[in-house]
Amino acid sequence: MDIIAQLFAGLSLGSVLLLAALGLSLTFGQMGVINMAHGEFMMAGAYTAFVVQGVVGDAGVSLLLALPLGFVVGGLLGLLLEATLIHRMYRRPLDTLLVTWGVALVLQQVARDVFGAPNVDVRAPAWLSGAVEIGGLALPRTRLFILALAAVCVVALALALRATPLGRRIRAVVQNRDLAEASGISSRTTDRVTFFIGSGLAGIAGVALTLLGSIGPTLGTNYIVDAFLVVVAGGIGQVKGTVIAATALGLMQAFFEYSTTASVAKVLVFVAVVAFLQLRPQGLVSVRTRSLA
Amino acid sequence: MTVLSALARPGRTRTLAAYGLAAALLLLAPTVLSPFRLDLLAKFLCLAMVAVGIGLAWGRGGLLTLGQGVYFGLGGYLMAMHLKLADAGPGGVPDFMLLYGTGQVPGWWEPLRSPIAAILLILLVPAALAAALGWAVFTRRVRGAYFAILSQALAAAFTILLIGQQQTTGGTNGLNGFRAFFGYDLADPANRLMLYFIAAAVLLGMVAVAHQLATSRFGELLVAVRDQEDRGRFLGYDPALVKVVAYVVAAVMAAIGGALFVPIVGIISPADVGVVPSIGFLIGVAIGGRATLLGPVLGSIAVSWAQTSISEQFPSGWIYFQGALFILVVAFLPGGLASVAGVARRRRTAERSRA
Amino acid sequence: MRPRSLSRHGVTRLSTVSLAALAVVALSACGARVDSGEAAPTAAESCVDTSGDTVKVGFLNSLSGTMAISEQTVHDSLQLAAEEINADGGVLGKQLEIVSEDGQSEPTVFAEKAGKLITSDCVAAVFGGWTSASRKAMLPVFEAQDSLLFYPVQYEGLESSPNIFYTGATTNQQIVPALDYLAEQGTESLFLVGSDYVFPRTANKIINAYAEAHGIEIVGEEYAPLGHTDFSTIVNKVKSADADAVFNTLNGDSNVAFFKEYNNAGMSADEMPVVSVSIAEEEIGGIGVDNIEGQLTAWNYYQTVESPANEAFVEAFKAKYGEDRPTSDPMEAAYTSLHLWKAMVEKAESFAVADVVAAADGVTFDAPEGQVVVNGDNHHIAKTALIGTIGEDGLIHTEWSSGEPIEPDPYLEGYDWADGLS
Repeated sequence: MDIIAQLFAGLSLGSVLLLAALGLSLTFGQMGVINMAHGEFMMAGAYTAFVVQGVVGDAGVSLLLALPLGFVVGGLLGLLLEATLIHRMYRRPLDTLLVTWGVALVLQQVARDVFGAPNVDVRAPAWLSGAVEIGGLALPRTRLFILALAAVCVVALALALRATPLGRRIRAVVQNRDLAEASGISSRTTDRVTFFIGSGLAGIAGVALTLLGSIGPTLGTNYIVDAFLVVVAGGIGQVKGTVIAATALGLMQAFFEYSTTASVAKVLVFVAVVAFLQLRPQGLVSVRTRSLA
Repeated sequence: MTVLSALARPGRTRTLAAYGLAAALLLLAPTVLSPFRLDLLAKFLCLAMVAVGIGLAWGRGGLLTLGQGVYFGLGGYLMAMHLKLADAGPGGVPDFMLLYGTGQVPGWWEPLRSPIAAILLILLVPAALAAALGWAVFTRRVRGAYFAILSQALAAAFTILLIGQQQTTGGTNGLNGFRAFFGYDLADPANRLMLYFIAAAVLLGMVAVAHQLATSRFGELLVAVRDQEDRGRFLGYDPALVKVVAYVVAAVMAAIGGALFVPIVGIISPADVGVVPSIGFLIGVAIGGRATLLGPVLGSIAVSWAQTSISEQFPSGWIYFQGALFILVVAFLPGGLASVAGVARRRRTAERSRA
Repeated sequence: MRPRSLSRHGVTRLSTVSLAALAVVALSACGARVDSGEAAPTAAESCVDTSGDTVKVGFLNSLSGTMAISEQTVHDSLQLAAEEINADGGVLGKQLEIVSEDGQSEPTVFAEKAGKLITSDCVAAVFGGWTSASRKAMLPVFEAQDSLLFYPVQYEGLESSPNIFYTGATTNQQIVPALDYLAEQGTESLFLVGSDYVFPRTANKIINAYAEAHGIEIVGEEYAPLGHTDFSTIVNKVKSADADAVFNTLNGDSNVAFFKEYNNAGMSADEMPVVSVSIAEEEIGGIGVDNIEGQLTAWNYYQTVESPANEAFVEAFKAKYGEDRPTSDPMEAAYTSLHLWKAMVEKAESFAVADVVAAADGVTFDAPEGQVVVNGDNHHIAKTALIGTIGEDGLIHTEWSSGEPIEPDPYLEGYDWADGLS
């Protein structure tokens, strides 16, 4: 009984990690940009949900409105970041980490100055409150919703990458920038679109997180380290790896936490990732490239 | 030849003059600063020690380490544990363990009762951890960004461990309330002055070591590995070994900084060693000029000073200022402020040659 | 020296010389050893200037960083108290001049800024601190400089510094009464949930000792790292343990995630009430009233307390900061601390630390929470314990009261069951 409950807890945590990491798997995994402000884009998504609910009022309608709006807000912030700073730094990936860290600091303080330091609350719609009882097991509706949302995002992203002309261009640029440009693909436009989508996914994750936790200026910092670990463990370049890694990390955290404590579980997960990278430095799934490393 | 005219000259003369000037300034600082400001300066010097190491590992070696707080913390905590045990006297139990712990000193604290063992452990523990981690990561050719993220995860895990083991590490409170430093009363202004001089001497020593390393064959290899790792490998060198050495040296420097930070500031807590302070160590290095000798030190001291003075005036202003510094310097001036001087000098020379 | 003769060894040589020079200076600068028996000259020579029309006091709260959420409110109510005192003629006829410093949510910064306030700004007393870590970091500074700190937050007890006055509750004024209340209600089993730091750990030690003596079973004890956001596992454990009540010492953001998860897992205040000791009025908005309505809290003050002093305080606070701003226990304790210091100084007729401390015993103030009395022995104040229920208006309503102020007992010396605790 408990094992099944923990299994669900692990999958659910995995879906949260996946939402947080999915955008990163594009911007970091595909473009090599270490965007430390990704967490703050999530925060922006969460505050979008707060503002939308303030305007609309009805919790259900505002949640459904906030999801696409959060995507746009996160995406636009990402676009702005790409156009002003990141685009001049594609040759210096490590430096993007520091620049975006600065951006993250500024965004946090902006949120503090605009929305005030105290946390704010977004009400969950009535149809998401409580739990679904299956065989004596209570599955919280919000958790089910986030699982479904994560699944939708993954499928949509995978389809977009695989089946659309845009996806083909993105993959081409990732695999060989010079050759893609030589074939007539505008890598500038492709970069911007990729960054828009990746950051937009952070916005969606932020909206989803309002169902689970607090909405405050430091919301993003709670997730950023975990999200990067997921991408690193999952490997570069494919959505598949991120999905598996997020699920695995979620399950590990849930089961370690059940048998030990939350603190010990977190440390164990970190250790497990480091050990795993010893075995597979390229992560779970990697695209074969011609580089030596 | 005056110091100032030497400063205007190129190359080693300039380095030497700058070094001499810095030493002289550090020697004279106590005469102009109040005891409170002198303590602050001593604290900044400890943070600058971390910066020297980062300058070597990141600036010369391209190893962006986001986890220097771990080594800073190891040094600091080991020193703090020794001071706590020394305060408690032979066989005594530190006060916080009586309050929050079992009232007994755990076995792994015991070796730190001896001052000599404490000093050795402060140097050896961080070195061993850095060597093990570095070896594991670099021989597997883990990429730069991966290394950065792993080192950050290390800092996160280290903080969680420290906080979770409250009975033996003090938890979020950290360790504080030290009375003496190797027998010298910490409340005595004369001893605080002594601590300042020790910090200044150690920092100058580190800069000299960093200079020696950077100008040696090892330093050249390090830069070579940073810029073209594969070529280094094809020439028969082991890039992993070169990186590990740089990483270990940086770790030990951070640990020494942490160890001196403790008696000077009087506290070490998880808030000083986690993810955020670890990134904070980088900003001074980036601003001063990561690949220069004195850049990291001067940048680090300048940033610490700015943080103190700006936050005294505008609390939230500091955050914006820090963020803006990161953005502007790293994006538009990757060489740091040191490169401004370089650019200006080149321009001057160019004008002179045209004239 | 001709430039050409300089090699890279020049740097080495110069550094050797300068290092040697500094080492000599360092050794010659040696002062007293602790074991030598000679009295160390203390740095503590107060520089407080009381010759003019004003006297400086320091406010030290985190105005940036993660703790700004809570500490900004304390800062606001300190400002209000200072304005009131100044409008009322000041302290011993001197207007208060406020020096504010930002603790940046970091213990090290608190220690540094405390040093600055005492030695550079020469303030007569400092008001502030929130986390235990910040207080522990400042304590040695105040003791070494022999200055005064007023600390306004409920905490884990086991401390009594001659240089600190504690105006928040200690454990026997908050946790013990909450347990008395639960025992009175017939609670037979408890689940303990807390953040992983000193206050919850110490509180839970006390709760365990109490439970053992009073026949209450502790069916679980869980800690979440600070900033933990996923509570599904912990809530699963709480649910399957099926205790009569949950004792919650979680801090900050974690409360939001915990209560949302708690409700979503289908539990409610009716089935398994949660008693929280770190959730005050200003946190309720962030958690969402829907998520926490009907749950219990333990404090010494609520905005809804009925007294003329509280009416005046709430009205003045809302007039200054806005109708939507609630007042809470730490804010009230901070407001009270400044007024208490004024009363102590006026009783002592002096700003000197030794005089103020000597006069402290028995000083009273008609605080919003009711009359408080300073205990000169342990520097805490007598306070009335209040158990409250969170209402749908987002305020907390008193459910149970200890009736009269409880004498502070930070080391729980007056409780037999607490013998082995400290």
